[in-house]
Amino acid sequence: MNLQDTDFELFGVSPTFAQDRAVLDARWKELQREAHPDRFASQGAAAQRIAMQWSVRVNEAYQRLKDPVRRAGYLCELNGAPIRAEDNTAMPGDFLMQQMEWRESLDDASDVGEIDGLQATVDAARARALSSLDWLIDEKGDFVAASQQVRALMFIERFAQDVEAKADALGQ
Amino acid sequence: MALLQISEPGQAPDPHQRRVAVGIDLGTTHSLVAAVRNGVAECLPDAQGRVILPSAVRYLDAERRQIGFDAIAARAQDPANTITSVKRLMGRGLADIAHRDAMSYGLVDADGMVKVRTVAGAKSPVEISADILATLRYRAEDTFDDDVHGAVITVPAYFDEGQRQATKDAAQLAGLNVLRLISEPTAAAIAYGLDNASEGVYAVYDLGGGTFDISILRLTQGVFEVIATGGDSALGGDDYDHALASAVAARAGRVASDDSDRAALLVAARAVKEALTDADVAPFVAALGDTELRVDVTRAQFDDATRTLTDRTIVAVRKALRDAKLKPDDLQGIVLVGGSTRMPQVREAVAAFFGRPPLTNLNPDEVVALGAAIQANQLAGNSGAGDLLLLDVIPLSLGIETMGGLVERIVPRNQTIPTAMAQDFTTYKDGQTALALHVVQGERDLVADCRSLARFELRGIPPMSAGAARIRVTFTVDADGLLSVAAKEQGSGVEASVTVKPSYGLSDDQIATMLQESFSTAQEDMQARALVEARVDADRMLMATQSALEVDGALLSADERSRIDTLMQSLRDARSSSDAAVVEAATKALAEGTEAFAAQRMNHGIARALSGRQIESL
Repeated sequence: MNLQDTDFELFGVSPTFAQDRAVLDARWKELQREAHPDRFASQGAAAQRIAMQWSVRVNEAYQRLKDPVRRAGYLCELNGAPIRAEDNTAMPGDFLMQQMEWRESLDDASDVGEIDGLQATVDAARARALSSLDWLIDEKGDFVAASQQVRALMFIERFAQDVEAKADALGQ
Repeated sequence: MALLQISEPGQAPDPHQRRVAVGIDLGTTHSLVAAVRNGVAECLPDAQGRVILPSAVRYLDAERRQIGFDAIAARAQDPANTITSVKRLMGRGLADIAHRDAMSYGLVDADGMVKVRTVAGAKSPVEISADILATLRYRAEDTFDDDVHGAVITVPAYFDEGQRQATKDAAQLAGLNVLRLISEPTAAAIAYGLDNASEGVYAVYDLGGGTFDISILRLTQGVFEVIATGGDSALGGDDYDHALASAVAARAGRVASDDSDRAALLVAARAVKEALTDADVAPFVAALGDTELRVDVTRAQFDDATRTLTDRTIVAVRKALRDAKLKPDDLQGIVLVGGSTRMPQVREAVAAFFGRPPLTNLNPDEVVALGAAIQANQLAGNSGAGDLLLLDVIPLSLGIETMGGLVERIVPRNQTIPTAMAQDFTTYKDGQTALALHVVQGERDLVADCRSLARFELRGIPPMSAGAARIRVTFTVDADGLLSVAAKEQGSGVEASVTVKPSYGLSDDQIATMLQESFSTAQEDMQARALVEARVDADRMLMATQSALEVDGALLSADERSRIDTLMQSLRDARSSSDAAVVEAATKALAEGTEAFAAQRMNHGIARALSGRQIESL
């Protein structure tokens, strides 16, 4: 066991997209029980520093594993198809069209009901994209197609955040 | 989970080796100190049997001061030198302070953090808080007739970096070894959860004298996981006093003309507020100048005058639930903490929002200190089992300034700590050899709307064309919620880093000077103290190493083992030296010499955690 192990190895789970959230939550807590700096509070600076490194590493792995989009991106990267979201923004035309329509509806939305409707649309699109990721990664092993899908999901999630921000602004 | 820990043979802390570890609730209105005694956490009383210490310091002259009840009693006659609610000033600049015109003492704008004008000179909020903390430390030392080994100090969950750092500085100034800063709602959840053997998701609504926190926690088998937190570090019972005082004064057509009038109005408002907890109407009586203001205030009038404050807390509750992705129905219960939750309108608003009455079976004044004491006892190694684990979060996002005064978020709020997160940046000019980094905290997109924490520079970047350098900026937040930042150019390996001491915080030199000047430590022989501390550290290190060897000694080769044995023996020899530096050096040598062993133990522990679980899941 070392700090360079993959998130999946660290958590002792199979490197697949499908994961049981309850298992991840339980393993996160078990690992933190071993590694958290509080466990070493009376054992000197060296032990504190090592505990801190491990605790940080366990939290990092947990954040990545529990979020389906980040988990998929991580699997793509481990399998030679990195996401490269910052310099690969080429998306299919119909996807971009849909994004633009969503943006317009969000700009026009003026009450909580409209925001709720938009939120439901976004949630449904997200659920569809996630189930296709499940198939692309765990069934087909097509990581190139999966990484494209991850990029699409990143767009959807950013939009979902904007919807939430607007809901906040409308005082919902 | 039992509060009474039964230790395994050989690990039982010898009663003489038991370390005094306390939990301190450093509150806006009052402060408490608690400790675990005979397996039960309890608040420690003063000589008169009172557990509460009013958070008030009165400066009589350059030397003398009164702290607590004596100071409060003198507030109306000596308002300018009686400092109350100093917590609201911690880590704050003058411009950040609400109600500065209505305060009964004078503020001075000092470099960064505001100071208070007193007969003893301009006092930093850190010094004033240190006086309160030192009083509690003496109380604990008198109770146990022993030195305090360490303290867990609570801070509002919504305290930012600067406010946390100021609190830690104050503890240091009071001669306390800070084992950990923990959030007040989390501390309350520990006391509440352990007392009630609770499992599930709980909301802790904590309205104190000057701060408001809302935390959503999941409790499972001794793990206290904070899912989301929110609040307002400048909203509390004081604001209810101010709102009522100004409403009554306005209705009566009266204006406070000096510090005495202002203090009288606030004292009267607080009395009315407290009376209205049980009564429907209470008399507001204040001596203003030569005349007396006397009017009756009904609970409905009080509610009206303070409605916007209560509403602000509910807005923060809604936001925290949204962050946690939960609905009011998902919660197991709502725990009320803080003296201000005694106000009926607050209880009603919370009950209405969650659709059920909140839980109030623990004393809202004591619960935070009790939880801190339980955590302190565990951190000091007094409870062998270690079955309590806190997984807290950072309350506000951290980021750095980018082009155009925008904030690039690096660590988002509600991230479990400790955490480290990195982001890559680049140069924007050809041949650029330095990069200025400005660290900020807050949720807004513009730097101007966030709190500035620190500025530093990465120098010595080899000249390259614009955009070619790859500068990785790493934010590390430790288990106290305190930040350090490092920047490294990936190609050349040039590095720079800072432990963030907020621009308005105190430098280590300032603290050292204050320590020397401080009344609370002046009578102590600094050298003797250093030696005692060095020996305590040496004992701690020896004990830790010994118990590590007993458990995992098998991981070492004979060579490694004998090297560690030699270092331990040298430290035992050095311990009897009367020179603190000699003891410290030997302690340091042992710490360094066991670092590899500590790493091996950690790997072993993690592997054991995994294999243990895999057997369970078969």
